[in-house]
Amino acid sequence: MTLLDSLALEAAGLAAGAPHPGLAPTPAEAELARVMQICNACRYCEGFCAVFPAMTRRLEFGHADVHYLANLCHNCGACLYACQYAPPHEFAVVVPRAAALVRADTYVDYAWPKALGTLYRHAGLTSALTLASGLALFLALALARNGTLFPGPLAGDFYAVFPHNLLAMLFGAVFAFAALALGIGVARFWRDIAPGAISAPAAGEATLDILRLRYLGGGHGAGCNNEDDAFSLSRRRFHHLTFYGFLLCFAATSVATFYHFALGRVAPYPLASAPVLLGTTGGIGLLVGPAGLLWQNLRRDPLQGAPAQAPMDRGFIVLLLIVTMTGFALLAWRDTGAMALLLAMHLGTVMALFATLPYGKFAHGIYRSAALLKWAVEKRLPSTLQLSDE
Amino acid sequence: MIDVLVIGGGNAALCAALTAREAGASVLLLEAAPREWRGGNSQHTRNLRCMHDSPQDVLTDAYSEEEFWRDLQSVTGGLTDESLARLVIRESSRCREWMRRHGVHFQPSLSGTLHLARTNAFFMGGGKALVNAYYRSAGQLGVDVRYDSVVDALDLAGDRFVAARVGADRIEARACVVAAGGFESNREWLREAWGRNDAGEWPADNFLIRGTRFNRGVVLKALIDAGADAVGDPTQCHSVAIDARAPLYDGGICTRVDCVSLGIVVNRHAQRFYDEGEDFWPKRYAIWGRLIAQQPSQIGYSLIDAKAIGRFMPPVFPGAKAATLPELALKLGLDETALSRTVRQFNSACDGGAFDHTVLDDCRTDGLTPPKTHWARPLDTPPYFGYMLRPGITFTYLGLKVDERAAVHFGGKPSPNLFVAGEMMAGNVLGKGYTAGVGMTIGTVFGRIAGAQAAASARKGTLRDAA
Repeated sequence: MTLLDSLALEAAGLAAGAPHPGLAPTPAEAELARVMQICNACRYCEGFCAVFPAMTRRLEFGHADVHYLANLCHNCGACLYACQYAPPHEFAVVVPRAAALVRADTYVDYAWPKALGTLYRHAGLTSALTLASGLALFLALALARNGTLFPGPLAGDFYAVFPHNLLAMLFGAVFAFAALALGIGVARFWRDIAPGAISAPAAGEATLDILRLRYLGGGHGAGCNNEDDAFSLSRRRFHHLTFYGFLLCFAATSVATFYHFALGRVAPYPLASAPVLLGTTGGIGLLVGPAGLLWQNLRRDPLQGAPAQAPMDRGFIVLLLIVTMTGFALLAWRDTGAMALLLAMHLGTVMALFATLPYGKFAHGIYRSAALLKWAVEKRLPSTLQLSDE
Repeated sequence: MIDVLVIGGGNAALCAALTAREAGASVLLLEAAPREWRGGNSQHTRNLRCMHDSPQDVLTDAYSEEEFWRDLQSVTGGLTDESLARLVIRESSRCREWMRRHGVHFQPSLSGTLHLARTNAFFMGGGKALVNAYYRSAGQLGVDVRYDSVVDALDLAGDRFVAARVGADRIEARACVVAAGGFESNREWLREAWGRNDAGEWPADNFLIRGTRFNRGVVLKALIDAGADAVGDPTQCHSVAIDARAPLYDGGICTRVDCVSLGIVVNRHAQRFYDEGEDFWPKRYAIWGRLIAQQPSQIGYSLIDAKAIGRFMPPVFPGAKAATLPELALKLGLDETALSRTVRQFNSACDGGAFDHTVLDDCRTDGLTPPKTHWARPLDTPPYFGYMLRPGITFTYLGLKVDERAAVHFGGKPSPNLFVAGEMMAGNVLGKGYTAGVGMTIGTVFGRIAGAQAAASARKGTLRDAA
């Protein structure tokens, strides 16, 4: 946004009696508010997802409302093709794009620490630089410790290359930071949208909506849109593979950590052991899922998203793919002389993934989950409006 | 030669094309609009009215043939053909399964439309989603679709369809379905139909069209000129009061302003002219287009105060907002003194009563002309809001006479191979008035009839060609 634009918007905000001139809406926020005012007078899309029923409980769309609605949007595209006001109509309503642009603001605005939030604006570059740094770190570590990247076959003994405690400390610290940063961000987001008390049914419904990706079902269960107005369940399925694959890999790491500290069983684990089975199953999901998502992302109707968002989406997907591929390579050649090199590469990419969790695409899951929980709470409250019906 | 040519690209045309194709005919559909504007007025619809004897998925309770028929009689004031109307009603109970097979999804009624939960099945995503589904199905079934194809003339041999002309192209077919809509987007025709008022104005010049810009009535006029029997009054159109800032075409549903019954409506001279609280808004919204068309400069101003906020469907454009009535008058370009006097008179005529917008309450004016008979509360709580209103035309009633086979008639005799569906013949069932969703019901039922009849007629034509 140019300085002139921001000043003009601020002036407009002042003229309209905005209570906090410092909080004049960004162009993205103003656009989603404009679109929602049109949608609220139409409401044909109410059956597709939670965004529109949540919209009907409001007459105005301030900062907190647009960020809430934007993060409820799953970018399924159904409302774009169904819209009688989509371009070339002069109202130029494109809900998925307007919401995607606001989400980019959400991740920046709510990020902790604030200064790192701008990393989202350059998510592609962030991913690439973090990846390079992660790789450099572990390759250099390996060299420094072993004097060579090819110390010869080590019978899969990873800790001969990097001591277990060093790894636990490095990854533990980065992961704890990522969890803290995301936690603070989503806590700010949660407070801003002022939800009521969370009841068990609300929590249960939100959990199911998240785990099933209900809103990639299109409201009718036939799925969402990708390149045109035809519905397909493939995006939901690829996302499931990615999400559950990620969880299985995480479970593999957790079980291995438990084995190490509680049972004193040290890696490498046999192929039929829980960590390897969990990791392999999850890894297959993390290969097929992101590959499918990337393929669809490249073919998607550009109106469904914000062009500036593409590096963030694709950067994250590619990073996941690299993590998985290096993981499989390590499993395949862990008993060979290439193990140390493969291990350094795998750990470097995992480190890059963890480090960018709070400042990349991963955040969408956290904020969207919070928005879904907020909706599950809100929909159980009586509406404050008394719109006449008959 | 193709079997069935369908002229039009909205709901009725698509139903005809799909049905003809299902019957084995080769089908070419000519849509006047480019692809992004396809679907005619159907893209702005959202439901169809359905008879049903017991609760069915999205429809609650029951809506019998008799009740549907009584509703039609009441809104048309008897201007309807009973046998065709009953045909539409009965078929409306059977068409949804077919619609689903072609990809249409239904949903319960939308917020703000709960009064239709019993009678109307809503399309998930609205009419454009339905139109998309039908075009997808048409593509899968092998219906040939051509966009940007404005039919500007028809070649007839007496009462037989021979060919349609699209610019320099001449397209022959064994049978034809015309489903190309009314003439509401033909400004010249509207102007001629509405004429000049006593003040020397051409009222139709100030009409906004809520639907497609492609309903120019070319095919309708060509057929009437060629001697096809017409039904309906050319000066009649469905018209509602919409926000004056609405686009000239395709404003659709969202441009309506639903706060009339909560405040007062004045004309350019800041004078009231009709009972704003005569009945519930869904039963009255469709008279306000005509009421405003009869006012000077075809403009009205719906005025409310802060008490009304949150009680009506939010409008698409924010209203003019003011802390005082003179300021509101200034913002709307009304005479301050006249508006203050009108509001003062109205306020002092409000005789109390218990306001309840969900019933026909006893808040009415006393000794005021015209009266406001319900929901009359003084305009006294700032901020005040004002919305400028224009007549918004939904569709025209003039159409072609049909029988239960959807055949176009010439001198009382049905054509053997020319059929009509949708707005071009809705006037047979709906001579005037309107009730939600009935246009889509007529379009769907007669679209399917016309498609089936055209396919059968083409088959006969093929046999004759072979013989």
